[in-house]
Amino acid sequence: MKILVPVKRVVDPNVKVRVKADGSGVDLVNVKMSMNPFDEIAVEEAVRLKEAGTATEVIVVSAGLGAVQETLRTALAMGADRAILVETDVELQPLAVAKLLKAIAEKEKPALVIAGKQAIDDDANQTGQVLAALLGWPQATFISKLVPGADEITVTREIDGGLETLAVKLPAVVTVDLRLNEPRFATLPNIMKAKKKPLETVKPADLGVDVTPRLTTLKVVEPPKRSAGIVVADVAQLVDKLKNVAKVI
Amino acid sequence: MAILVIAEHDNAVLKAATLNTVTAAARLGGDIHVLVAGAGIGAVSQAASRVAGVAKVLAVDAPQYEAQTPENVAELVRTLASGYSHILSPATSAGKNLTPRVAALLDVAQVSDIVGIEAPDTFVRPIYAGNALATVKSADAVKVLTVRTTAFEPAGEGGSAAIEPANAGPDLGLVRLLGREVIKSARPELGAAKVIVSGGRGLGSGENYGKVLEPLADKLGAALGASRAAVDAGFVPNDYQVGQTGKIVAPQLYIAVGISGQIQHLAGMKDSKVIVAINKDPDAPIFQVADYGLVADLFAAVPELVAALG
Repeated sequence: MKILVPVKRVVDPNVKVRVKADGSGVDLVNVKMSMNPFDEIAVEEAVRLKEAGTATEVIVVSAGLGAVQETLRTALAMGADRAILVETDVELQPLAVAKLLKAIAEKEKPALVIAGKQAIDDDANQTGQVLAALLGWPQATFISKLVPGADEITVTREIDGGLETLAVKLPAVVTVDLRLNEPRFATLPNIMKAKKKPLETVKPADLGVDVTPRLTTLKVVEPPKRSAGIVVADVAQLVDKLKNVAKVI
Repeated sequence: MAILVIAEHDNAVLKAATLNTVTAAARLGGDIHVLVAGAGIGAVSQAASRVAGVAKVLAVDAPQYEAQTPENVAELVRTLASGYSHILSPATSAGKNLTPRVAALLDVAQVSDIVGIEAPDTFVRPIYAGNALATVKSADAVKVLTVRTTAFEPAGEGGSAAIEPANAGPDLGLVRLLGREVIKSARPELGAAKVIVSGGRGLGSGENYGKVLEPLADKLGAALGASRAAVDAGFVPNDYQVGQTGKIVAPQLYIAVGISGQIQHLAGMKDSKVIVAINKDPDAPIFQVADYGLVADLFAAVPELVAALG
């Protein structure tokens, strides 16, 4: 089966972002960028399915400015076969991204789309579900296990209070959670090889998709700061504070 | 226009997260209708009808909703959507799974995880693990929202809404539920607990996690939580995880044991009323948000705390 993996370039998870003084957004100048951590897990799963002989081809897709190529190259270095960049300078929101992915899925006809469950910048947790709905395909979100089959896959999902196992008809969209796998690091020889792998660039208009944002960000502010409290000397003082000052026990 | 709240339930019990969602809906102005889609949902519909502020309960009782798979439920909501200005559900695992699918079928952009309502079309939501709050305005005809439950009080009882059966949609047959393993626990649910005892990598193992933290949780009637590091290390299941990619909690008391306090973890618990941190590293970032910090070896301090609570 052919597998499509959308990847997003985001602020590195170890960076603490700063809100811009004019309230227009967060400051992304000279900030380290990385592949969204959940997307790394998605790429890893697709590559493992290829290595196991289940997947025939792994295609990675990203959308945004030219710098997104870097993220696609990382995915190629992890083992994806080829990449598609949808180049645009418009601010992309999940619905628009899902429409771009739908157009690509209709062209490439993958049996499976493996996506990260959420991007750690906008924290929207939507794109996979929206894509599945637009395609009329089933979805399995937040998966921690994937067992491929001929016409369907069996997945284990993380739900509140435990786990759920589903049989999902193909083609389908799955979104991955933390425990699915441990993504590999791209090795230097593979990074070199990835530079020669095909990377196709298209525009949203080529795909017939209107990416105009539906949501307007009016302002971005810092959340109220929580001030540090006190350091207690010992357990006795802690219990005293909780009982008599905070009155929470 | 009316507002539709999609109830979260397990066919037997109305989940508490629905109550917070009703409170958010009440801020929007308009009659509140609650959709209960499931199989054998009599008790859930009754419970929903008693929630204060609810004008009508739409009860859709059919076998294709027993597992509440998002494919079937989203299709149902699509057919019911006309006439509603807003469609809301809680930003829980179930709500996050279903609601974007509803938004997509209506061709609207969902606003995820709202923590504030400025106007019927303008909402506040956290981004970057809660390190920034964005105010966003929706241009769509129907606003589809998921609600961060900790940002809204639960609605009380006292309602007496009419329960109206509604027609079921098709069974799309795209997904089969093979099984659910829900861990039965006598402890309160993490999302609704008043006290949470949470453990991190400092505990060293799953065995230590249980041995050290369970007596404290028992003593306080607390739910158990964990940092992502503890989940990654395999100490506890994923649904214990508090943080950006886990559960967002805001209990009266949050006790962080052996948790260093990465921003992704702080994102999930910094709205707690009182935070206690027990960690042997005085420089751990968790102390920057803790009301009461105890720099100590957790293996000595926690049993001592259990004893002191008598």
